[in-house]
Amino acid sequence: MAGYAGDEHDKARRFHDAALPCLDDAYALARYLLRNAADAEDAVQECFLRAFRHFDSYRGPAMKPWLLAILRNVCHAEFARRGRHDAADENDAETKTEAVPLWQEPQPSAEAALMRQHDDETIRRLIEDMPQPFRETLVLREINDLSYQEIAQVAGVPVGTVMSRLARARTMLRSAWTAAEGSLT
Amino acid sequence: MNCAEADVMLHALLDGELDAGHARDVEAHIAGCASCSEKLAAFRAQRDAIAGAELKSKAPAALRARIEAALPQPTPARASAAVLPLRPSRRSFFGGFATGAAVSSALAASIVLTIFRSDREQMIANDVVSAHIRSLQAGHLMDVETIDRHTVKPWFEGKVDVAPPVIDLTADGFTLLGGRLDYIDGEPVASVVYKRRQHVINLFVAQRLGAARAAVSARTVQGYNVRHWSEQGLEFWAVSDLDPEELGEFVRKISAAARPNSAS
Repeated sequence: MAGYAGDEHDKARRFHDAALPCLDDAYALARYLLRNAADAEDAVQECFLRAFRHFDSYRGPAMKPWLLAILRNVCHAEFARRGRHDAADENDAETKTEAVPLWQEPQPSAEAALMRQHDDETIRRLIEDMPQPFRETLVLREINDLSYQEIAQVAGVPVGTVMSRLARARTMLRSAWTAAEGSLT
Repeated sequence: MNCAEADVMLHALLDGELDAGHARDVEAHIAGCASCSEKLAAFRAQRDAIAGAELKSKAPAALRARIEAALPQPTPARASAAVLPLRPSRRSFFGGFATGAAVSSALAASIVLTIFRSDREQMIANDVVSAHIRSLQAGHLMDVETIDRHTVKPWFEGKVDVAPPVIDLTADGFTLLGGRLDYIDGEPVASVVYKRRQHVINLFVAQRLGAARAAVSARTVQGYNVRHWSEQGLEFWAVSDLDPEELGEFVRKISAAARPNSAS
């Protein structure tokens, strides 16, 4: 097309090759952050368009955390637009959960075996039910497979905060999991 | 390492995020602690269960097509280019961020910092107490050992980006023991070590750009008394098992002496 200069095509090709492989990661994160498929699709699309506009300023190191950081901003804008419980959820989350003990004694049961009985949907729901900062940290780690340093970059917090959130997130998930088992038996 | 530290660190161990030295420390604690070793096993099982589950939604093919169509085409025009026009309102709004991703991520960082400042403060308080406890273990207290403040101050030069005030409070009953380089929140900080009777006080000093003067805040973490304040662009954390009144006295003396035009 006459409208595009040659280097614009080149930029588009480089962006395509670098960013599109991260599409599934972006969509998975958006699903967990927004808890809604249609909103997640919109957010991911907005993220990719924004990323393309800023691609000239992209200096690495890794594409995935760079892209997910943009996606996170888009999702937060969506929270602000919704202006409903998601935002409050986030504000309260860390203080509210201070009261939750980091470790609760497990039920005397073969946990690993019980966990296997749960189908994937249950695990997904348990993760979706977690308060925002913990859900986000857990998903970035377990599902997007980012390093602590990359999570810190995406979430804009120190690595120490990532560590403490992850410890708390996994403990919360474990408690919820144990409770879900209890309700089944 | 105690169980409270291991609670957090065992996740880093599980995720392969620790260097050899720290991994050894955590493993040594876990080897000798039935409760922590049980936790590690449980969290490992949980992580494996998550990894084995199908939790990662694949992006719908239609979404991929929409994104590809909305981007400039790598090869000249495809038929699909007309599938989905951009929403103009959003585009023009976000187009306003001419300086790029740096702006939006800095903006995001500042928002996050505002929301989680109290969390961060608590996190650093925990860090500071952990550093204090580590310092009490054999041979860790001081890198430079002296009662002469003129030896301590130059020692820090070039090691940290801050010149911590090193103040002689012997007359007030606080003996200067020396200085140490420590890490809080991933940053190197100076620790000036004092002692009253058998109680060690670690005074951590870090540079905080734009740190306004902040009043002393007090808290207790794992039984240790912690005082936090900032002035003169420096951030101070004092930790000790000294009783709160005496630690308060220490903080007042340091704070008064650190001010440039005080008579100290």
